[in-house]
Amino acid sequence: MSAGSSPSGGVTVAVDAAPNPWFDPSYVIDNWDTILRYLGEHVRLTVVAVVLGAAIALPLALLARRSRYLAGPVLGLSTVIYTIPSLAMFAFIFPFTGLSSATVLIGLVAYSLVILVRNFLAGLQGVPADVREAGQAMGYGQLRLFWQIDLPLALPAFMAGLRIATVSTVALTTVGVLVGHGGLGQLITGGFNANFYRAEIVTGSVGCVLLALVADVLLAGVERLLTPWARLARV
Amino acid sequence: MNGFGDAVVYLNDPFNWTRRGGILQLLGEHLAVSAVAVLAALVLAFPVGVALGSAGRGGGGIVVLSNVSRAMPTLALLTLFAVSPIGFGNRATTIALAVFAFPPILTNTFVGFRGVDADVREAARAMGLSGGQVIRRVDLPLALPLVMTGVRTAAVQVVATAGLAALVGGGGLGRIVNLGFGQQNYGLIIAGAILIAALALLTELALVLLSWAVTPGPRRFPFLQARARAGTAQPEPAAAGMPL
Repeated sequence: MSAGSSPSGGVTVAVDAAPNPWFDPSYVIDNWDTILRYLGEHVRLTVVAVVLGAAIALPLALLARRSRYLAGPVLGLSTVIYTIPSLAMFAFIFPFTGLSSATVLIGLVAYSLVILVRNFLAGLQGVPADVREAGQAMGYGQLRLFWQIDLPLALPAFMAGLRIATVSTVALTTVGVLVGHGGLGQLITGGFNANFYRAEIVTGSVGCVLLALVADVLLAGVERLLTPWARLARV
Repeated sequence: MNGFGDAVVYLNDPFNWTRRGGILQLLGEHLAVSAVAVLAALVLAFPVGVALGSAGRGGGGIVVLSNVSRAMPTLALLTLFAVSPIGFGNRATTIALAVFAFPPILTNTFVGFRGVDADVREAARAMGLSGGQVIRRVDLPLALPLVMTGVRTAAVQVVATAGLAALVGGGGLGRIVNLGFGQQNYGLIIAGAILIAALALLTELALVLLSWAVTPGPRRFPFLQARARAGTAQPEPAAAGMPL
């Protein structure tokens, strides 16, 4: 037998396609550090985007509740921003911030802001007017009115908005590969560019979905902790 | 120089539109892929939504599907189909986009048909309409606004997402942005972004007008109606897609 033949008799030559499995645990084990680094970037971008988005959305929603004339433009503008594709959004920001994670972050904040402002406003508008009036009649100031009446009553809508914004942001972060800061998305395009390396692509994709689901479950847990009365009412 | 001036120059050159591989050809490719994807998803999702919605069953599964589809990055799905045996190109892109258009259409059709008042249905049956007639002449007109919302959501999402296909070897207007990044040409990047954003906004506008035109019953012009109820925020519904 010549040196080039395999035990089964078939000749193995270098031009044979290498196996390219969809799932390969050894890829995950060998590249654990890389995966963790990208995961860290992904989590950081998501958390900062949602927190900043919420910090901007809340005052906007509070303002918009005060008058119809403000609510209209705020909602209209949010619809327009929501319709702009992320690819275009990142491309518009790119000339100002370049190949930095700031480009991704600004885009993500814009999208999470748009989702959150709608849900915050819906939650605030869902607070019964007579409850607020009763609070005012009891001498509550603006701050106390918000903290003790608006916030608890609107909390379910707030949390629903935060969950949707977080899950969407996790998925959207992957488009940051455009400027080289896509978190786990880097694995997806990295695998595509590394001669269609399926194990890397699947690792990035599954990682994104798992991260989104974990974030959603965590926020659901936070909602449960923050609204103990909802559990009491159900019993 | 941040490229906006260059973008205007690029977009104003007729040759950039009409040459081979120019804007018009990419636009045609973009629209064809998007249209096929949305139609395929509509053909598959509509009957399922009608069947489940009329029976009022399967709501839990649809909510799960809708949530998981929100968590799945479009880029991941586009890439996964591109490296599958289908091979990268427009066919893989179309299939990936159709998969993305499926949940919004299914969810909204389901909610629309489930929401039809049981009394109305009963009255129609009492007047002698058959099961198929009830669905076509009673359920469908009542559910149509929501069905159209689903189609609009899906279509805007698909048109937006089709731009990402260029990152994984597909065609469409994303090519211009991708090429711009490859050449570090800010004007090209901005020009591509303007085209994609305009296309998404126009799709939204066209489908708002279409759903206004096909919705039966008393109606007002959509933009006036929108202004009339501008004061109230609609919470982001579970049925809506995400920006991409």
